[in-house]
Amino acid sequence: MNYPALLPALVLLPLLLAAVTALVPRGSRRTAGAAAASTTGALGIGVVALIGGGSWELALAGWEAPLGITLRADGTSTAFLALVAVVGTAVTVYAAAEPSLAGGPDFWPLWLVLWAGLNGVVVAGDLFTIYVMLELVTIAAVALVALGGRSAASPALRYLFVGVVGSLLFLLAVALVYAETGTLDLPQATAALEPGPVLTSILALTLLGMGTKMALFPLHAWLPVAHPAAPAAVSAVLSALVIKAGVIVLWRIWFGIADGTAAVQVLGVAAGIAGAVAVFWGGAMALRSSRLKPIVAYSTVAQVGYFAIVLSLADGSAAGWSGGVILVLAHGLAKAAMFLAAGTLAFAYGTDRLSRLHGAISHTPMTVAALAIAGISLAGLPPTFGFVAKWQLLVATIEQGEWWWIGVLLLGGLLTFGYTAAMVRATFNRPGDDEVPAPYPVPAILAVVPFILAIASVAFGVFSAGLVDLLAEDPTARGRP
Amino acid sequence: MTVVDLALIAGPAIVVIGLVGHLLVGDLLRRIVALNVASGGVMMVLLAIAARGEAPDPVPQALVLTGIVIMAAVTGVALALARRVDAVTDESEGR
Repeated sequence: MNYPALLPALVLLPLLLAAVTALVPRGSRRTAGAAAASTTGALGIGVVALIGGGSWELALAGWEAPLGITLRADGTSTAFLALVAVVGTAVTVYAAAEPSLAGGPDFWPLWLVLWAGLNGVVVAGDLFTIYVMLELVTIAAVALVALGGRSAASPALRYLFVGVVGSLLFLLAVALVYAETGTLDLPQATAALEPGPVLTSILALTLLGMGTKMALFPLHAWLPVAHPAAPAAVSAVLSALVIKAGVIVLWRIWFGIADGTAAVQVLGVAAGIAGAVAVFWGGAMALRSSRLKPIVAYSTVAQVGYFAIVLSLADGSAAGWSGGVILVLAHGLAKAAMFLAAGTLAFAYGTDRLSRLHGAISHTPMTVAALAIAGISLAGLPPTFGFVAKWQLLVATIEQGEWWWIGVLLLGGLLTFGYTAAMVRATFNRPGDDEVPAPYPVPAILAVVPFILAIASVAFGVFSAGLVDLLAEDPTARGRP
Repeated sequence: MTVVDLALIAGPAIVVIGLVGHLLVGDLLRRIVALNVASGGVMMVLLAIAARGEAPDPVPQALVLTGIVIMAAVTGVALALARRVDAVTDESEGR
C-alpha cells in the first residue's frame, strides 16, 4: 500500500504536538506529552508497517526537484524509522512512569521536537532539508541535556558548540555541492558530481562535520561528559538515536559520491584509523570508569568507531552495508536498554557509582539482566542482533580483502564484554553482606522497559534474515560504477 | 579579480578565523561571537555562489536566510546556557 502523503506527517505531526504540549500547563503536561509521544510512535510504526519492503517518494506540494523538497523513504530509511519509533516509544513509557528520570515537564515538548527532527533526517531527500533537520535535532538534544540540572549546563553548552561547528562545516559542504552541480537534491547531486578537488573537499567537510555529531575519535570528547550529565531517558535517546542521525547522513553522502581517487581513499583510511582507535580508546576508558553512565557513554564512543570503519567495509559490498545498518539498529536497541537500566539503578540507589550498587542483582534482577543482555548484544555474541551485524561486517572484510578489520571487530567485542562484566559484577551481593542497604523503591515499569528492549535485541537477531536481504538491495550499496 | 572571487577567498578565511577563535578563546561570550563570525564566513561563500551568474541565483540566498535564522536561534540557546554556566561557576566559587 502506498501512502507517501504520510511522510511529511512524520515530521509535522510531532512538531504540531510539541507546540500544543508546550502550551499545556505544567501539571498536566506529563499526560499530554505522553499521549502526544505515543501518537508519534504509533505513526512511526504504522508508516514502517505500510512501507514494508518498498520505497516511497513524495514531492512536497507537487513541486519537483531541484527546486522542490522531496521526501524519500527506502529500505534503509524504513529501518531507521523503525528504530526511532521503537526506542522512542520505550523511552516515552519510561519517562511517563518516572518524570524525574526525564527532567520534568519540560521534557515533553523538547522530546517531540527531537523526534520530529530525527524522522526528518531519515526521510529528507535533499541536502538542505537534511541540514535543517540536523540543526533541529542538535538544538533539541542540547536543551534536553540541559534538563539534567545545574551541573548539566556546561556539558550542554559544550555539546552545542561542537554540534554547531559540525553543522557549519556541513553547510559549507552543501554550498560546495550546489556550486558544482546546481542542485541540492541528493540523487541528482550525487549523479552530477565529477571527481576532483571539490568532491574531496565535500567529503572531507562532511566527514568532519558528521564526525563531530557522531562523536568519532578524536572529536568525541563532548560525549562522555554530555551523555552522563543528561537525565536517564534523555541519555538513552542521545546515544541510541541522535548519534545515528550523523551516521546516516555521513553514510548516504559518502556512498553516494565517493569515487576511487587517491585523495578520497586517504580520507577513507583516515576515517577507518580513527574508527579503530575509537574502538580501543572507548573500550579502555569504559573499563577504567567507576560509574555506570560514563561506562555506557564510552561504550557509545567505541561503537561509533565501527560506524566509521563501515565507510571502508561497505564500498560496493552489500554485506558491509547491511551489516552497518543492522549494527546501527542493534546498537540503538542495546544502548537504549543500557542507559535506561543504568537510570533505573541510579534511581534505586541514589547514585551510579559501581562501588555502591552491590546487592542490586537481588533487588532488581530484571534491570541487571537488561544491562547484561544489552552488553552481550553489543559484544556481538550469537544469537543476538549485534552478532548478525558483526557477522555481516566480518563477511564484508573478507570480501574486501581488508583483513586487519577482523582484529578490530573481535577485540572490540572482547572489550565490550569486559566492561559489561564489570558493570554486572558490581551489582552482585557482597559476601557476608546481610544488611544490604534498602534502595529507593523502583516501579516495576522502570525495570520492564529496558528488559524488553534488551530482549528485542536478541529476538531480532533470531529473525533477521529478511531484514538482511532487504537492506542488501539498497541502491546505496551499489558500489562504484 | 572580481568581487565574487574575493568573497570566495575571504569566506573560507573568515570561517577559519572564526573557528580558530572559537576553539582557542576561553571566555564563553567571545566563543559564541566567534561562532557567529564563522557562520558569517559560510554565508559569504553562499552569497558569492549566488552572485556568480548573470542574474542573482535565489536558491543560495534562501539558504543564507535559513542559515541566519538558525544561527540566531543557536546563539539564543548558547547565551542562555552560558549565563547558567556562569551562575554555576559563581556559586561554586562562593561569590
